[in-house]
Amino acid sequence: MGVEVEGLVRRFGERVALDGVTFAVAKGEVFGLLGPNGGGKTTLFRILSTALEATSGSARVAGIDVRDPAVRRRIGVVFQAPALDKKLTVSENLLHHGHLYGLGGRGLRERIGEMLGMFGLTDRERDRVETLSGGLQRRVEIAKGLLHRPEVLLLDEPSTGLDPGARRDLWEQLRGLSGVTVLLTTHLLEEAEKCGRLGILHKGKLVALGEPHALRSEIGGDVVTVRSADPAGLAEAIRAKFGVEPRVVDGTVRLSRERGHELVGPIAEAFGGRVESVTVAKPSLEDVFHARTRESWS
Amino acid sequence: MNAVNQPGYFPAGNQPGWFPALRAAGTLARREIVRFLRQRSRLVGAMATPLLFWLVIGSGFNYLDYLFPGMLVQVLLFASIFSTISIIQDRNEGFLQGVLVAPVPRSAVVLGKVLGGTAIALLQGILFLALGPLVGVQPTLAGLASSLGVMALVAFALTALGTAFAWRFESVQGFHGVMNLLLFPMWLLSGAVFPSEGAAGWVRAVMAGNPLTYGVSALRGALTGAEPSWPALGVTAAFALAMFGLAVASARGKMRAR
Repeated sequence: MGVEVEGLVRRFGERVALDGVTFAVAKGEVFGLLGPNGGGKTTLFRILSTALEATSGSARVAGIDVRDPAVRRRIGVVFQAPALDKKLTVSENLLHHGHLYGLGGRGLRERIGEMLGMFGLTDRERDRVETLSGGLQRRVEIAKGLLHRPEVLLLDEPSTGLDPGARRDLWEQLRGLSGVTVLLTTHLLEEAEKCGRLGILHKGKLVALGEPHALRSEIGGDVVTVRSADPAGLAEAIRAKFGVEPRVVDGTVRLSRERGHELVGPIAEAFGGRVESVTVAKPSLEDVFHARTRESWS
Repeated sequence: MNAVNQPGYFPAGNQPGWFPALRAAGTLARREIVRFLRQRSRLVGAMATPLLFWLVIGSGFNYLDYLFPGMLVQVLLFASIFSTISIIQDRNEGFLQGVLVAPVPRSAVVLGKVLGGTAIALLQGILFLALGPLVGVQPTLAGLASSLGVMALVAFALTALGTAFAWRFESVQGFHGVMNLLLFPMWLLSGAVFPSEGAAGWVRAVMAGNPLTYGVSALRGALTGAEPSWPALGVTAAFALAMFGLAVASARGKMRAR
């Protein structure tokens, strides 16, 4: 197993940040922890990366309990806040990291060269990190996380602050890591779609677990999305007229039901002037989240 | 590309014991020094104040030579505090969290920080020492060697003291305030500015209890070519060890608290 978490609880005083979370990630999987900010993702991440102790329950990474210091060598950690020294060059950062992880000498120098090549950083190795773009800095972070050949790579919100091109790069690199178990946290729905499997965390509890498409098809039916200048008012009017339960998400009116296309005509007819567009689609992860928590995403 | 990523290519845990910990400490110390050399303005910051102090007070009361060892200790003191500020910056910028999840004992992390800070302070101390001949401070070769030894001990102790505090502070400003409050009196009452003979009784008692007093006196002895005072050296070494222990305890405690 890559990661095994059982009944994990973490309290900060009165506040329960993690409330009995259990799941497992198979070796080599790309697993995403999805949830709105404050859902408990970062707390879980910090426990898995040994930066924080759990209140109760257990967590194992690469088969070793996270309380055992021997686990650290097997984990690569990429924090949300960059853990690079910006005054140092790319290769100096990697060198120090290697030394901290028990590597040294020629083996380390060769490995650094290998990682620089793999992440397209060879021509920047002598540049100070502060002169690199955000996307390149994130690449250095990941190269650093993988330098000591960990079995599990943990990433906290890895695409924060990256432009779309750099995000695509990041995903290409993550998918190319065969044999390495990847666990990442994200609050971005479209990013979660790219994971092999997902756990959705809400208020410290795991509310859904599975492959993204499986989670979406569990809900069944269609989602009708209506765009309007006055979504709240329109939602109320639709509720009154059709006896359905619409909700307002990101300035649109959404409602889930079987055979959603049958509602398109009637809605357009009844509220023609107030409707900008009506679309029918399969449920998204946002709908999954709503179905499980009865709360809207953001 | 896939073969490159196969986990466990490096034999894990092949050198147990002290060697990896010492290499980790060494790499962190080296990082401190490289960073210092790339930020030249820090040199000015740590040297200018003691230099100004020394010239104004020393000339004003006409005892530039008496004041010299004391100012040398102030150079070490400022340099040590400046270098421990980096712990707070490392924490705020994120570098420290990466170090804290690495397979390195907390004591090695602290040792690396303290050794790096000591080296930086010592470098600045040596620059100041080079001004000695201007006021007639011309130690013998043996005196110079023991001066460097005492300077290293004092710098180590002060850097460790700064580390113990810096580990607990979230803001540079707060750390600065507390260190000034603690260290300025400590320096003032160490025999750096006036000798304890002739001071009021309670001041003398405080000076006798101040561990820095023994560092200043050992340094003064070494610079003037006196026989080494073993008690003063012993107290200074014990001070350095105790401060290192305090810094390690502080670094371990923070982990549990969070």
